[in-house]
Amino acid sequence: MDFTWFHRLGSPPHVYGLAQRLTPWLGWSAALLIAAGLYGGLWLAPPDYQQGDGFRIIYVHAPSAWMSLMVYVTMALAAAVGLVWRIKVAHAAAAACAPIGASFTLAALATGALWGEPMWGTYWQWDPRLTSELVLFFLYLGYMGLRAAIEDPQRADRASALLAVVGSINVPIIHYSVTWWNSLHQAPSVMRLARPAMPAAMLVPLLLMLLGFTLLFGALLLVRLRAEILTRERGGAWLREVLVP
Amino acid sequence: MSSSSIRVGLPVNEELDGGQAGALAAVALALRRDLTLAFRRPAQLLQPLAFFALVTMLFPLAISPQLAQLRLVAPGALWAGALLASLLALDFLFRDDAQDGTLEQYLLSGQSLTALLFAKTAAHWLLTGLPLALMTPLAAVSLGAPASALAAIVAAVLLGTLTLSLLGSIGAGLTLNIRRSSALLSLLTLPLSLPVLIFGARATQQAIAGAAVLAPLELLAALAVLGVTLAPLAAAAAVRISLE
Repeated sequence: MDFTWFHRLGSPPHVYGLAQRLTPWLGWSAALLIAAGLYGGLWLAPPDYQQGDGFRIIYVHAPSAWMSLMVYVTMALAAAVGLVWRIKVAHAAAAACAPIGASFTLAALATGALWGEPMWGTYWQWDPRLTSELVLFFLYLGYMGLRAAIEDPQRADRASALLAVVGSINVPIIHYSVTWWNSLHQAPSVMRLARPAMPAAMLVPLLLMLLGFTLLFGALLLVRLRAEILTRERGGAWLREVLVP
Repeated sequence: MSSSSIRVGLPVNEELDGGQAGALAAVALALRRDLTLAFRRPAQLLQPLAFFALVTMLFPLAISPQLAQLRLVAPGALWAGALLASLLALDFLFRDDAQDGTLEQYLLSGQSLTALLFAKTAAHWLLTGLPLALMTPLAAVSLGAPASALAAIVAAVLLGTLTLSLLGSIGAGLTLNIRRSSALLSLLTLPLSLPVLIFGARATQQAIAGAAVLAPLELLAALAVLGVTLAPLAAAAAVRISLE
């Protein structure tokens, strides 16, 4: 088999061009999917029999929470690839992931708090999922803090990559210990998310939003990746050819 | 060969009968070196302990002097104190050795850096975690824990601080040559330490209530085993990155 396409992913000029070409495709399909998902979720879907219209925040909350974890996994994988094979583009991708993931985590926490006020009667509940999400936010902050604190870019890459890998081993341990802690402390709160399967009118928009958010992450990642490559390769001869026609 | 190895006091592999014995001897030497150096400056050893005593003293002053109330917050107070004290102690895990070049000599010595850093971390635990655990009964009694709970609490702190030292060695390795890194070090280490806090506080709580403590203690032991297995590898990788 021919693996040159794969090897070329290690070359900054190639990845820069590829990212430039793919961004509009990902961005526009994300916009379409999110628009369709929002229309389906906010207008077409019937109100929930228990939560009324309040449940509709799930169309932002659940995809954000899903992305917060997926971005972390992506970041840790990119970091591990960079660490093992010393591929600069992989480090750049991991670095580009962190602020996006932190933003998704923050969005999940904020929407969770807004939803909690009418449903649970409080903005914050030490619910296992919320708590794990908060810890995840601090893991992102630690990653970005470590990057920012190390001046030498290559050392920053490798040190933060190691941290991401260590974190990815710890995330499941933290999640299960938090779940265990809470399940002993208190019974499940006012309501559970685990209900009988959602009707299709509610589920389809949610799936559209999930897919839309995933593509949105892809588009944001490619934009940030290009910015990272520009910063890292500044002074490179190939950039002059790309940027000055 | 061996101005460098003599200065650090590490045997180079060929000097001994190779392989296994050399590595073990190096680990023992590194351990002894760290203990000796630490005992020459006993004041530094007492600081985390004094800090722990002070933190646990804050709670009676801030909440209430009544033992019945203190008993409820005792697990949280003890573990928050233990976590912060071992975080404070992390500052002198690798720092001095990085500044005077000892770590670089370790790196060049031909011995396994993982094993040497494990020895350093073990020494660090013997100097901070162990005394902390031995001091816990005092703090626990002052917070209203019954005498019957003390054995389990000490066991929990022993296991918990071991994991904290191991996790801390990764963070300390990553922040080796960052100036004013203590805030960053806590940002890196505390989220990873939450399972220790949860299970440790749970064991303490159960012990104070007179309930079964085996399950949380076993989970603490499992975390410690995982830490002993993986953390030295990560710490060695971290130190390599910081020194390269």
